[in-house]
Parts: sequence; structure tokens; C-alpha cells
Amino acid sequence: MKALKYLLVKEYKQMFRNIVLPIVFIILPLAMMNVVPKVATQEVTHLNIAVVDQDHSDLSRRLVQKVSASPYFNLYASCPTYGVALEQLEKGNVDFILTIENDFEKNLYRTHGAEVMTSVNAVNGMKGGVGNGYLTQIIQQYAREISVDEGIIAAPAAEVKSRFLFNPELAYKPYMIPALMAMTLILLVGFLPALNIVGEKERGTIEQINVTPVGRVEFILSKMIPYWSVGLFIVAFSIFLAWRVQGVIPAGHVWEIFLFNIVYILTISSFGLVISNYSDNMRQAAVVMFFFIVIFILTSGLISPISAMPEWAKKVTLLNPLRYIITAMREIYLKGSSFHDLLSQFIPLTIYGIVMGLWALKSYQKNG
Amino acid sequence: MSIISVKDLVKTYNKGRTKAVDNLSFDVERGEIFGLIGPDGAGKTSIFRMLTTLILADSGTATIDGMDVVKDFKKIRQHIGYMPGQFSLYQDMTVEENLAFFATVFNTTIEENYHLVKDIYEQIKPFKDRRSGKLSGGMKQKLALCCALIHAPLVLFLDEPTTGVDPVSRKEFWEMLQKLKHDFKLTIIVSTPYMDEAVQCDRIALIQNGRFLTIDSPDGIIDKYRETLWAIRSNQMHRLLNDLRQTPGVLTASGFGETHHVTVDPSVLTQESLKNSLAALGHTEIEVTAIRPTIEDCFMDLQS
Repeated sequence: MKALKYLLVKEYKQMFRNIVLPIVFIILPLAMMNVVPKVATQEVTHLNIAVVDQDHSDLSRRLVQKVSASPYFNLYASCPTYGVALEQLEKGNVDFILTIENDFEKNLYRTHGAEVMTSVNAVNGMKGGVGNGYLTQIIQQYAREISVDEGIIAAPAAEVKSRFLFNPELAYKPYMIPALMAMTLILLVGFLPALNIVGEKERGTIEQINVTPVGRVEFILSKMIPYWSVGLFIVAFSIFLAWRVQGVIPAGHVWEIFLFNIVYILTISSFGLVISNYSDNMRQAAVVMFFFIVIFILTSGLISPISAMPEWAKKVTLLNPLRYIITAMREIYLKGSSFHDLLSQFIPLTIYGIVMGLWALKSYQKNG
Repeated sequence: MSIISVKDLVKTYNKGRTKAVDNLSFDVERGEIFGLIGPDGAGKTSIFRMLTTLILADSGTATIDGMDVVKDFKKIRQHIGYMPGQFSLYQDMTVEENLAFFATVFNTTIEENYHLVKDIYEQIKPFKDRRSGKLSGGMKQKLALCCALIHAPLVLFLDEPTTGVDPVSRKEFWEMLQKLKHDFKLTIIVSTPYMDEAVQCDRIALIQNGRFLTIDSPDGIIDKYRETLWAIRSNQMHRLLNDLRQTPGVLTASGFGETHHVTVDPSVLTQESLKNSLAALGHTEIEVTAIRPTIEDCFMDLQS
């Protein structure tokens, strides 16, 4: 085991003499925690809307004002006719059109009811759906207000009140940040090991190691331990950034986060080493690892929930280490789940890690 | 007892379609420099890789100091030094770090075996803090040799150590090997595609297409040469080669730098008659001399 110490010294020296790697270890978490939550947000705001107000009454103007005052909408244009507004939508200048009919005010006073029309550009389904929801909310709110202010008695409607648990503001950040941490890790401590052993193969240095008495276990450990330490540093750094920059703090224990990540890093770095052992050159290893990372990210529940997937796809996600860590990280951050509650994530992830670790050992063959 | 003993070694690639090493047997004596000499693709590296326990033979056996390359591979790795054809030290570590690293993985220290590498290491010591990737080709070779020696191996395997190295460094390198053999009685197995380096070895095996053409001392091989060999030159060297090949009595003719080497049937041709027939073809300044063959002549003779 004395050799292991020197193998490790060698690995660390190589890692930190590489000009790019240490910078990436800092930059990637910074970008993931600072920039990505802002640019990859699913919150929809500043939607461009065109208004066709054919009524030109006090009440119609009040509705237009209410819409444009909302943070969700920008009043892009007031158009004389629906046709003109539609042209704007076709040009891509606006995504929403609100049309108020000629006798809007009159109908409200007379029949206690009037209609408005919303038209939505649904090319981006999510944006259209969410925006339309906001617009409907604004119009309903307006209806309630004028029924009180103007004494118009609207037909009483059942009011639905929602109470959101664990994430009351339905904020995007505390939901995404724990998942982004897991993604940062797979990009670094999953990808780099995949290039490591095959890199030694390509440079021929593995020949020189293979004729030494260095054992298989020592060699693989010397490849694994540096990524473990770098990975845990990245976890700590990300937790710090999430707290200082985004104000996101875990509801659960920090030690739970570390415990999960120790196992998770073992799993993904072993995964990378297995690919490295089977690859003949770095290009091959990079393409294969990239393929797995993309599949893992898409099926991890990071973007779309696993529960929405077809049955067979749900089964496939059981083989995705990212799925367990993302679920666990979100539970720890948002719900503050106890470790006992998280065992259903921890046990499969641990088994996965042990299997991959043994496989990495097994697949490193000194005799070609 | 021989330090290395190889029996009926076979290695094939592509599921048996390519025979890299074809049923070879040979012995290497303690303290000798043994050369494997042959063109690229002759099977030299495959032999090295089997003896250094990096690949498994299809069949046959090999032992190093009585240890079997398959059964005792762990023990063997303690006792051999291997320098692959490609420079394979860590280019992002310094000269000194590389040497210390290889000493440690063999469970020893630089100090313990410094006497072995002293003469060589002194030459690169001024650059000990330079990363090995930034060394010149000759210095890289010296460092690689140091790293292969630092654990005091019984046998040193050098796979084409002089390929791609300039003539001066090549000469220096061979001097270092001779010194290692002389001072430490080290057994060295070296492969090379350069026939002119053969004379540096105590014994050589000429190898082609995975088979030995012959194994003997360089002098022994040359003494066995039975053809009549002349070196010939004239004022028009290029045309001369074609003319020679068409002259009756000339068996083979090939370019050898400044002269052409020709084997002849002495019952048909004498030096005088050849000179006359070449002069008749318009050559001037013709020189014909009988010469002692080189290893390359022997190789070409054995090849045909």
C-alpha cells in the first residue's frame, strides 16, 4: 500500500499541473450555481401582449391597465383590429392577444356578463400554457374587483384556494439547484475518470506501470480517490454558493448531502473508469461517456418528472444513478427528509456504487 | 543456466489470421547483450511484450531466471526493467519526479540503487526540475533508461531504444549499454531495426515475419556467409545498379550508400571481366573490391 501513496501523489500532481482542470473545478460550480438558475429558469415573465380594445370604455381601459401592470406581461401594442394584432403575432413580436369586444361595458352593466378573447401563440407549449394561465388569473381578478367596485353582481363561482407544501412560492431555484449540483458532479467526476486510464493507454504510460508490481486495487484506488476529494470539494463549494448567492439552504441535514454524494461520486467515477478500461482511445471514451451522461440527465427527472414517463421508461430510469441522487437532494433541500425516509434512494445508489466499483476493478486487466 | 529460456512461443492476432511470432525458441545467457534484429512488423515487440508479462502467448513457454512468465508474472515484474519503444514516462512530471516515482512503485529508493544509474543520470541531472515532456529525444531516452534501471533489474528489455534518435545519441546510448554490461554484468535484450547496431551485441537473432533467420554472434553470422561479395562504384551510380543486375554472373545487386554490393558467381565473372564489361557500357572510374560482408548483407542473403 506504500505504492498507493505515491500513485496518489502522482495523480494529484498531474491533476493540478493541468492548466485547465483546476480552473474548471472552480468555474463549473460557479456557473452552475450562479448563471444556470437564472438563464434556465422555467418562470415565465415579460410576455409580449397586444391588446385590441374595440370598446374604448372606462371598464375596458381598466382591464388593459391591469394586464400591462402585471410583471408577467409587456404591453407591446394596442391594435385597432384583431387582424392587425394577428399580424404582430405572426411576425413573432407578441405571443398573446387580448381582444375586448365593442359592447364590453354595456354588456357588463346590462347582462352582468361580457366576453373577452385571448389568443395564444402555442409554438412553445409551456410558455403559451403558463402565460394563458396568468392572463386568465388577471381577468378573473379583474372580474372580482369590478363586481365589488361597480356593484355588478357576477354569478357566484366556487373559489379554489391552493396551498403548496414544501415550496410555497413554487420557486424554481430550490427545486433546480440540488439537481444542478448532481449534474455538475457527473460532468466533472464522471467525465474525467472516463478519460483518465484510456489517456494513459494512449500515451503509453500504462505499459510502464503494468510491468511494475503495482497491484490492481492500488492502481484503481489511485484513480478513484482524487475524484472523490475533488467531488466533495465541489459539493461543499456548491452548497456554499447556493446559500450565499441564491439564498437556497437545505431544509435537511448537510451530512445527509455529503453521505449521499460520497456514494454517488463512487458510482459515477467508477462508471467512468469502467468506460475508460474498455476504450481503446480517448475519443471513443469521450463519445461513450457523453452518450451516457446525456441519457442520464434526460431520464433523471431533472427536466421532466419521472412519474410522467411511460412505464417502460420508468423502469429504465432505475438504472440511472442520477435519478437517485436528484430525488434525494431535492428531498433534503425542500422537505428536509430524514435519512430513514431517504433509504429508498440510498440503498439502490449504494448497491449501484459497489457494483460499479467492483466492475472498474475487474475490467482493469494487466494482461492483454 | 540461461537467464531467459524461450520454447516454442507462438502469438497470433486477429483470431489467428496474423502470425506475429511463429514458434520461436531461444536462450539468453547471463550478462550478455542479446539483439533482436529485423524490420518493422517482424514480431520483435510481441516477443518483448510476452516476456515482460504484458500479453499472453497463444502457446509455448518462457522463463526468466527460472520464473514462468504466466505463473510467476508478479515475481517477474519485480525483476525486469522494460523500456517500451514509445516514450512512456509521465510527461507532466519532472525528471526527478519520474525517477523517484518508478523507484517507489518498485519499493525502493533512488539512493539505494543510485550506483546503477549514476553515469547516465549525471548527464540529465542539470534538467532534473524540467518536465520530461520538454526534454530532447536523446535526454528522454536516458531518463527512460534510468527509470528502467532504478530497481536494479536482473534483465533489461529495451524495445527499439534507438529508433528516432540522432546518430550521436545512438552511439552514446550503445556505449552506456556496454558499460552497464561490463560494470554490473547486466543481461540486456535489445531490439533494433538498424543492422549496423548488430555488432554491438554479443549474440543476435535475425528475425523476419515472426521467424528467426539465424541466431549467432555477429561474427559467427558473417563467417557463415558463403557468397562472393564485391563492392562496386563508378561515375554513374544509378545506372550502374541496373547494368549490374543485367550482367551475366551477377546474382544480386543492391545499393549500400556509397557503393553497390554485388554477389557474383566466381566461375562466370572475375573482377577484371566485370570491370571490362562495365567500361564497355560507358562507365568510368570503376572500382571493384572484394569485401567482408556486413550483417545487412547476411540478412539479405538469408532472406532470399
